[in-house]
Amino acid sequence: MDMNEIKEIFFQECEEQLAELESGLLKLNDGDRDPETVNAVFRAVHSIKGGAGAFGLDDLVAFAHVFETTLDCVRSNRLEPTQDVLKVMLKSADVLADLTNAARDGGCVDEARSRGLVKELEALANGEALVASAEAPKPTPKAAEPVQAAPAPTDESGFQPIPFSFDSFGDDEVAAEYGDTYEISFRPRRELFSKGNEAALLLRDLSRIGEVSINCDLDALPALESMDPEESYFSWKISLKTVKTEDDIRAVFEFAEWDCDLEVKAVEAASQAEELPMVPVPFDLSALDDVPAPAEESEPARAAAESGTAGEDAKMAAAAARVEKKESAAAAAAQTTAAAAAAAAQTTAAAAAAGQTIRVDLDRVDRLINLVGELVINQAMLSQSVIENDTTGTSSINMGLEELQQLTREIQDSVMAIRAQPVKPVFQRMSRIVREVADMVGKSIRLVTEGENTEVDKTVIDKLAEPLTHMIRNAVDHGIETPEKREAAGKDPEGTIKLTAKHRSGRILIELVDDGAGINRERVKQKAIDNDLIAPDANLTDEEIDNLIFAPGFSTADKISDISGRGVGMDVVKRSIQALGGRISISSRPGQGSTFTMSLPLTLAVLDGMVVTVAGQTLVVPLTAIVETLQPEASAIHSFGANQRLISIRNSFCPLVDVGRILNFRSAHANPMEGVALLVESEGGGQRALMVDAIQGQRQVVIKSLEANYTHVPGIAAATILGDGRVALILDVDAVVAASRGHSLKPEMSLAATG
Amino acid sequence: MKKKVLTVDDSRTIRNMLLVTLNNAGFETIQAEDGVEGLEVLEGANPDVIVTDINMPRLDGFGFIEGVRRNEKYRAVPILVLTTESDAEKKNRARQAGATGWIVKPFDPAKLIDAIERVTA
Repeated sequence: MDMNEIKEIFFQECEEQLAELESGLLKLNDGDRDPETVNAVFRAVHSIKGGAGAFGLDDLVAFAHVFETTLDCVRSNRLEPTQDVLKVMLKSADVLADLTNAARDGGCVDEARSRGLVKELEALANGEALVASAEAPKPTPKAAEPVQAAPAPTDESGFQPIPFSFDSFGDDEVAAEYGDTYEISFRPRRELFSKGNEAALLLRDLSRIGEVSINCDLDALPALESMDPEESYFSWKISLKTVKTEDDIRAVFEFAEWDCDLEVKAVEAASQAEELPMVPVPFDLSALDDVPAPAEESEPARAAAESGTAGEDAKMAAAAARVEKKESAAAAAAQTTAAAAAAAAQTTAAAAAAGQTIRVDLDRVDRLINLVGELVINQAMLSQSVIENDTTGTSSINMGLEELQQLTREIQDSVMAIRAQPVKPVFQRMSRIVREVADMVGKSIRLVTEGENTEVDKTVIDKLAEPLTHMIRNAVDHGIETPEKREAAGKDPEGTIKLTAKHRSGRILIELVDDGAGINRERVKQKAIDNDLIAPDANLTDEEIDNLIFAPGFSTADKISDISGRGVGMDVVKRSIQALGGRISISSRPGQGSTFTMSLPLTLAVLDGMVVTVAGQTLVVPLTAIVETLQPEASAIHSFGANQRLISIRNSFCPLVDVGRILNFRSAHANPMEGVALLVESEGGGQRALMVDAIQGQRQVVIKSLEANYTHVPGIAAATILGDGRVALILDVDAVVAASRGHSLKPEMSLAATG
Repeated sequence: MKKKVLTVDDSRTIRNMLLVTLNNAGFETIQAEDGVEGLEVLEGANPDVIVTDINMPRLDGFGFIEGVRRNEKYRAVPILVLTTESDAEKKNRARQAGATGWIVKPFDPAKLIDAIERVTA
């Protein structure tokens, strides 16, 4: 692993932390005051800052630092997370996300915005500082900390300034040249050892910065019987000749200075000898170079000196004995408590297993999915050939095959589940869009999300973001009224948009509900007439009018606004949903709001299809498009115009579409009475009856992209391999229906290209 | 024999950096994601030195250090705190909990190795 890979991991982690941050802030916004939520939010920013520092991403560090400081005020209950405070924090989270993206992909960030937020965040932290200083005379150093400290975090390393007196020195220059002699007195306290520090190591480090002469004072050492093995009895006087400064010497004791008495004094060269306070006891550090051999322990003074505490060895021996004793006791008890221990171990293992994840390269998963697809096809082929060759029909092979089929299906479902992900990240992105757009248009809007943990294939999630973004923008811009209008209509001035996801019969259902004004049908109809989408005298139901907004080239906004009027209409949204094999519909109640409902497949790798025959060809029609199938009767078929025909179904007329003609499988019209009609729902909510020759059956097929191997074929969405090994094409229902309206089959007309 | 280092940090980025740095410097590295896991791993790991973060979910660095210091067998293991926290108060809390020393982020491989060398023989 090299730094680039770690950097990649860092950015992945940033995304997770940003999601965590946003969801935490939203929870706080909803009144959650759980300290763990605040901690999680703080940790997210803290983590980003930590990683960014390691990669020298200074902009990111600087902003994260200010953000963190303010969050720390919240964490320590010095700042109340009010709605206003959270508004600033949510915006800061957005900027943090922008900065992260900029750090990864280059590009720039709205600097004015980030500067503005830095000021706001500082104001929050500083405003707090004023309050704090009013309560307690001592000012809060954290709040007063200058922001500029952040880009160079090394400066805030927190090393305490050490009082440093030049009085005791002669000339600094001379000192640097010849080296100075320092008299160091070092008396460790027992805490020094209990914190894992080691006197001998400190002395070793001291010996590395100059020439040392170390003398150990053993006077405090009591008689063996009154010795506390964990007490510190030794102290040292060290004479150090070095070119380093007193600061450098103290830095050696950086970790220990709280737990020892330390004196560092520069001495005059002449007075050195006389000032040695005691008889030198040679103190050998060479033993540290290697692990002391057991034999050396026979030399008690030296061993004691090595460890720094007189009874260290005794202590260790005692500890070892205790451990041994415990172990043997445990062994004795083992048999009686074996069951309990096993149970406990199991619980621990289960606890450890919960929530464990591994990261897998997406390519590997896709390869697995492909292979399972092949397995499904292979299994179907095997079944078919066994059925064809097995005349008795009761062989055990058949039973085995059935089991194989079930297993294959289970494997397939499990593999699909690997790709399944919660819709949460997409939903979270939406809350930012609502915030930003609402801010821009001066509306006050709350986004409520439900079912964020509903899982769906990753590809679906990735492709869902864009249409959803567009719909959210629309809802904020057009759907929800201004606060004044809402108040006038007796509504809460704050609008609500609700985004819900749930599983419904093997598909995912996403609903977008706003409590705005609803569709203005008069205006929609007028617009449709103006745009030549419908005849001026057309008689349309409310539902049909509502669905006009999905018609290509339709836009209801009187003026094209910055937000939703980007030349993209709801028709594009509908197309992208359909491209995912989904459907979208709208229902609206004037004055009460609109509901968009999207139904999407859980995966793009398999499809439930109706296998049909058209002019000797086998085709697959996606089951989701089919409303019902029926056998036309002569009396129900009516001719209309030159070569159009209608079928009457329960007192309504529905255009009959000859699939064979549209796809150029045949030149003559098929006789409707000899075929089957598939009633399908098509673009715009209308229904069409597709004429096919026969229905072979219904089955799940593995989608194989045509584009990947061949090229896009108008009217055909994809291909699949059937149980008999033959390739069948999957019909693009909307393209075929569009073609029947007189548009020819053109590549761009094809909507349901799936991959 | 290779010296064994136990690192405890919730950030995947920092964990990876520690791993690469320590492995390159010839240490054997064992990793845990938070204080709770750190204490679990400790038993079998028998580390020569521990490097831990402060801000972690489930059990933070302070709690983890206290846990190690309460452990009869491992209480003398040197513990270095790896943290961006710079104010004296945090450092003091870490010391009171029983930290041996600290390494201030941003993460610098040389600083890390130097600190480890300082507290191990």
